[in-house]
Amino acid sequence: MKRNKTWAWIVFAIGASYFLLPLLATIKFSLEIRKAGWTLDAYTNVFADPRFQQTFGYSLLVGLCTVVVGLLIVVPAAYYVRLRAPQLRPIIEFVTLLPLIVPAIVLVFGYIRLYNSSSLLPLTNSNLGTATLLTFAYVALGLPYMYRAVDTGLRTIDVQTLTEAATIMGANQVQVITQVIFPNIIVAVLSGAFLTLAIVIGEFTIASLLNQQVFGVYMQNVGANRAYEPAALSIISFILTWGAMGMIAFLGRFAPKTAPRT
Amino acid sequence: MASVGNIADSAAGPVPGSAAATRPNPFGWLAGLKLGDMLAVLPFMLFAILFLVLPLGYLFVQAFQTQDGAFTLDNIAGLFEPKIRDAFWLSIRISAASGALGALVGLLMALAIIRGGLPEWIGNAVMTFSGVASNFAGIPLAFAFLATLGRLGLITVALKALGINIYVRGGWDLLSFWGLTLTYMYFQIPLMILIIAPAIHGMKREWNEAAATLGASNGQFWRYVGIPVLWPNLLGTLSLLFANAFGAIATAYALSNTAFNIVPILLFAQIRGDVLGDRGLGAALAVGMIVICALANVIYLVVRTRAERWLK
Amino acid sequence: MAEPFLKIDKISKTFKDNQVVKGVDLAFNKGEFVSLLGPSGCGKTTILRMIAGFEAPTTGAIVVDGKDITALPPNQRKIGMVFQAYALFPNMNVADNIAFGLRIANAPRAERDARVEEMLKLIGLPGYGKRFPFELSGGQQQRVALARALAPRPRMLLLDEPLSALDAKIRVSLREEIRAIQRELAITTVFVTHDQEEALSISDRIVVMNAGKVEQVGTPREVYERPANRFVASFIGLSNFIAGRDEGGGTFLSRAGELLKYEPDRIRGPVEALVIRPEMIELGAAPAGSQCNELAGSIDTVTYLGPLTDLELLLDSGEKIHIHRSNRTPGYVEQFRRGERLVVHWPPSASLPV
Repeated sequence: MKRNKTWAWIVFAIGASYFLLPLLATIKFSLEIRKAGWTLDAYTNVFADPRFQQTFGYSLLVGLCTVVVGLLIVVPAAYYVRLRAPQLRPIIEFVTLLPLIVPAIVLVFGYIRLYNSSSLLPLTNSNLGTATLLTFAYVALGLPYMYRAVDTGLRTIDVQTLTEAATIMGANQVQVITQVIFPNIIVAVLSGAFLTLAIVIGEFTIASLLNQQVFGVYMQNVGANRAYEPAALSIISFILTWGAMGMIAFLGRFAPKTAPRT
Repeated sequence: MASVGNIADSAAGPVPGSAAATRPNPFGWLAGLKLGDMLAVLPFMLFAILFLVLPLGYLFVQAFQTQDGAFTLDNIAGLFEPKIRDAFWLSIRISAASGALGALVGLLMALAIIRGGLPEWIGNAVMTFSGVASNFAGIPLAFAFLATLGRLGLITVALKALGINIYVRGGWDLLSFWGLTLTYMYFQIPLMILIIAPAIHGMKREWNEAAATLGASNGQFWRYVGIPVLWPNLLGTLSLLFANAFGAIATAYALSNTAFNIVPILLFAQIRGDVLGDRGLGAALAVGMIVICALANVIYLVVRTRAERWLK
Repeated sequence: MAEPFLKIDKISKTFKDNQVVKGVDLAFNKGEFVSLLGPSGCGKTTILRMIAGFEAPTTGAIVVDGKDITALPPNQRKIGMVFQAYALFPNMNVADNIAFGLRIANAPRAERDARVEEMLKLIGLPGYGKRFPFELSGGQQQRVALARALAPRPRMLLLDEPLSALDAKIRVSLREEIRAIQRELAITTVFVTHDQEEALSISDRIVVMNAGKVEQVGTPREVYERPANRFVASFIGLSNFIAGRDEGGGTFLSRAGELLKYEPDRIRGPVEALVIRPEMIELGAAPAGSQCNELAGSIDTVTYLGPLTDLELLLDSGEKIHIHRSNRTPGYVEQFRRGERLVVHWPPSASLPV
């Protein structure tokens, strides 16, 4: 049955132009900082800028903390919900839906109101406190993705059977989690981690309102003050996001396949 | 060599004392759960309460409070003041426009790569790119569109060389309703593609063939079977795209600072500098956003569960 | 001989470098129920899809009722088709699914409703009109699919392994229903299957296929009792193969040196082996004066299969043959012991030269 394929090619062509043109335009723009010819000066300016190094490093640090805290929160919960407490699942899934439903700006607004100087937990009073708040805000943002990644990973490896097999051979709970479960879900965990990192590195709204000097804030600053460097930053950001997605896809190849149920 | 008794003890729970692990928990309705298990879920619950439930709850409460703490509906009423009302209306229009257009283009592209007979590598490339582009929202996106359609953008300059000035008065402006909508579509379209692709994959080839043996043309197939089957998913995803655009701020802020009078920017300005001069009003603004986004998301979830039933 | 209703004329199909169908000629009579039988990849489904119009033949033509339809698009061929995966439209209830073909043909509402009622009764699901596919079992869905295909009164019915996705018991009852309906409507039917028992039980004729070619076309009895070659003999039913050389005149010299007899008029081509069906072998020495073939050996395995006992006999020549005896009396199987010597015989008419 021969179908007319031209409409598909037309649609694809229009879509591809819409998505590729801005990228090409940005690349071109970023190379035009010198009137004469194309140079990578905009990029070198960015990389040499101490503010770039500071904010990017800070964002990376915050990102890593977010991933660690997030995993500490999510992995035990996901494991026990799947294994022993399936009745808690609706509550947990509702909680993981909240960050998707509630816009980030509303969330940070709530934090500022709740944890300002006149509250029980005046986190915004100190720099460390605000940084902590920022981390927890990012944990909230990444929660849906990390939970779903870990949960899917657990389901794929049939946690129940693995735990029973390990237990009957004499392992205690800690050994089961660290030696049997975690190594098998590490791929899923890393996928969630990379997605969270991608979200954190580019984030602007929350960090800006908490006056934290992160990469997103730096970018916005540069955008307000320079002409060509923002384009370079945009491309850098795109490559970073692509890198994170690429890692996730790459990791997918090492993911354990679904265990067949006898 | 561990005896059977030891194995049973150590399998009881993470807490070293097996007595603690087997003590029944104080919450009757969670019967069957050992305290040790609850400990595993505790960090999660603590986090959820401290950093999700309480902040949102606090905002809700503040939205209905006066400066002195008494209950009032004045803050909610304040939402209908001209400036705020206009902000909501603008946000709704931009979200609806970028959502509808994003859904339409995304649907066409998903259909093109899955059922349009395009080579497989194109389909894979589009899906991968969609994954990246749907996360590309925010500041970098604004920069990219400035470089494309801004006053010094690639296309603007190219058209000028051809004698067309799109920035004439009354003409194009990136910093406008349609400019923002067009920019938003950069992450709306990929999101649509990612969400609708599984649904299109679920449309079996045999349906086309069965319809053909029963005399239907391709158009009749889409009219009687294709669109009706996809419809719930389309509606649901449209709702999701709406909510997605409604809560977005970074892109608009990078383009225009606080010039765009959309609700998130209004809230941003309020948080930064209390431009509304009223704490309660700020909270009411936030609550308004929550209600609209929650409604849209609930529609999405409800519709999606319904649709999944059909595509078993 | 009446002009065949459906003619497949030297059909070939090549996908990329793979020739899936190699010059096949077939003729189907009106009202006939013909099965295309063969292992996976033999080309039977490809031929069916070419009849339906979903694949275009690389060479050859398809002629229905005297007209060449090879270039006709599938939605103009007036052919009903039932798929392995049911393919009911999930957004429509049973009644709307069945009425779909009529709706496309712009039949008036009253006619559509009447026909739907008629079809529901035919498939044994009256009153199910308002149900949706996801509420039905597999067998019920397939029956609705059959009703949907038949409602617009097509001139031919094609079934692509319709029973493969169903449970064994449902498979048996549904295939009988399909056959009964087909008889009642007298509609020309092509049925694709890889299950030889299915094909034997319901077909008027069977087309046995292998690797893109037709191995034999015949009635179930012909295909079972007179297999054209080794492939057909081994694909249909169980066979014992005795290797050896044809001596002509109904005599076959086995590799072990025995002279075995067969009926000369059964030859269909060069003879490479002699096939004997397990149920045709009798226990004991050949009766005096008969022309029966006789062989001896020792019992290697005794298997109780419920209705019959399977005896594996290790012949003195070193070959192994299987004998099926019906368990006519309780405890029949008990009399056989491993290692026991046994003499068996069978009449020349049971020797199938292939």
